[in-house]
Amino acid sequence: MEEYKLMKGNEAIAEAAIRAGTDGYFGYPITPQSEVMEYLMAEKPHERTGMVVLQAESEVASINMLYGGAAAGKKVFTSSSSPGISLMQEGISYIAGAELPCLIVNVARGGPGLGTIQPGQADYFQATKGGGHGDYNLIVLAPASVQEMADFVSLSYDLAFKYRNPVMILSDGAIGQMMEKVKFKEQEPRMKTHPDWATVGKPADRGPNIITSLDLDPARQERFNNKLQEKYKKIREEEILFEEIDCNDADYVFVAYGTSARICQKSLQLAREEGIKVGLFRPITLWPFPYEQIIRLSKKTKGMLSVELSAGQMVEDVRLAVEGKIKVEHYGRMGGMIPTPEEIVLALKKQIIGG
Amino acid sequence: MAEKVVNIEMINPENLVYQKTKVLNDNVMHYCPGCGHGTAHRIIAEVIEEMDIQSEIIGIAPVGCSVLMYNYFNVDMQEAAHGRAPAVATAVKRLWPDKFVFTYQGDGDLAAIGTAETIHACNRGENITMFFINNGIYGMTGGQMAPTTLEGMRSSTSPYGRDISMMGNPLKMTELVAQLPGTCYVTRQAVHTPSNVRKTKKAVRKALEYQQKNMGTSFIEIVSNCNSGWKMAPVESNNWMVENMFPFFPLGDIKVPDEE
Repeated sequence: MEEYKLMKGNEAIAEAAIRAGTDGYFGYPITPQSEVMEYLMAEKPHERTGMVVLQAESEVASINMLYGGAAAGKKVFTSSSSPGISLMQEGISYIAGAELPCLIVNVARGGPGLGTIQPGQADYFQATKGGGHGDYNLIVLAPASVQEMADFVSLSYDLAFKYRNPVMILSDGAIGQMMEKVKFKEQEPRMKTHPDWATVGKPADRGPNIITSLDLDPARQERFNNKLQEKYKKIREEEILFEEIDCNDADYVFVAYGTSARICQKSLQLAREEGIKVGLFRPITLWPFPYEQIIRLSKKTKGMLSVELSAGQMVEDVRLAVEGKIKVEHYGRMGGMIPTPEEIVLALKKQIIGG
Repeated sequence: MAEKVVNIEMINPENLVYQKTKVLNDNVMHYCPGCGHGTAHRIIAEVIEEMDIQSEIIGIAPVGCSVLMYNYFNVDMQEAAHGRAPAVATAVKRLWPDKFVFTYQGDGDLAAIGTAETIHACNRGENITMFFINNGIYGMTGGQMAPTTLEGMRSSTSPYGRDISMMGNPLKMTELVAQLPGTCYVTRQAVHTPSNVRKTKKAVRKALEYQQKNMGTSFIEIVSNCNSGWKMAPVESNNWMVENMFPFFPLGDIKVPDEE
């Protein structure tokens, strides 16, 4: 049955994953997302649903366990934070290349390197532009609340299996650690049947199922790449998600996702109290990115401020969409620092309105 | 003419004394003539057929010479990233505990880049069977030094011979995993003579039977020649293997279950 709980974002992901009928979780501890595996281990999902939870020896192992589980037709996920997600990039590229459905959660922190354990949004490029080698894309969802942390789990699995593609939930340490009220869906059963391409043991009535990303013949490898690109085109056409707040009469627009979008909601109120008509455009899918929606908004607004916990990454996509027709600037803090609503309003005035 | 007569005699049913297992398909293997991979493949495939587990087994291929092994086996297979087969196999087995799962890896894959995955899968006692083909060299990439390259042995990245003071020691991965409580059966075999082929086949069967009994990780090293990488003729390379590899990598069981 549906029920409300007060929980951290990380715990909400874990609970939602059990309820989504996940078959397996493979992970490695890293702050600020360790509650995901801690919650799972405490909940004994092997007793609740039969779900497997395994603490791997590294993120490298976790992501390859995900590869194996997904290739064996199971619903699997992993979670980590920025440095751990960097370690997973090789495996993510293989998963994309082998067209395997799975969920990867990044509760991001500030970088580069070991960086900090405080929230960050500096993994945007890594998540949306590739990260690993080769031409591939993840579907990237950016939750801005604990409720969305929970809701995006089953959405991710739906998209992953629909397209045979890995999906990433790109969250951050603030959303992962903060507690909010969250409503859970009823328990879904684990899958009883498995995709016909999965390696589950070859019955007599079919040939072997082979999961690989290797094809040494360049002509065939190019054909495969073209097929991937067709898939990504379809995803771009059909799966864009976004939210607009007060954009209808807005002269200026904040473009922000995740924690930054939450702060911008307050900045928007403060600006409107001063008589500045500001809206908030929140991309929910960071890939595919809502270029068309931003083009449409740019035609009736004077300027956009991309607010991110980074040196300015998503701003490049906003500028690509706007094509120089209106002013687009970036405001952000780095290293785990979080801007106040007031300083964002000030940045809007300085960089967009007054600039 | 003589050749034709021989062929006809060979296909007479009463003259058929040997048949290729159905667990291998008819694709022409890409391995160099003289290489041990083909024999190791055949042995594993024959045991799968004899145990009648073709529909219940999932194999994990490595990166290395045997990267394309899934082109030859008539079983469901996954191609793992370099060194990661034990992690991949771990998940498959945990999620399908009633199926058989095996990895097949070379020395670079299992004992260099995949050392962590190998040790931890064995230490957790994952109920899988690992086949480790050790030829002391990186074959596929053209004969570079491997973690198992012997002292003084030449390779394209140790062209004057492996200098221990500079390049470190060859690694005995099999002895290492034998010490871990998670392994139930650890053995080192070879496939260069009919008698060794028979011994290896027995070991493969035992390993898969232990897996069936949920006894933990079973680990079989097969010391093999690499005539191309070693720059030798096949027979010469096998003789070199006996004289040089076997003293450092001695054949035989290293760990057997208590029941034996």
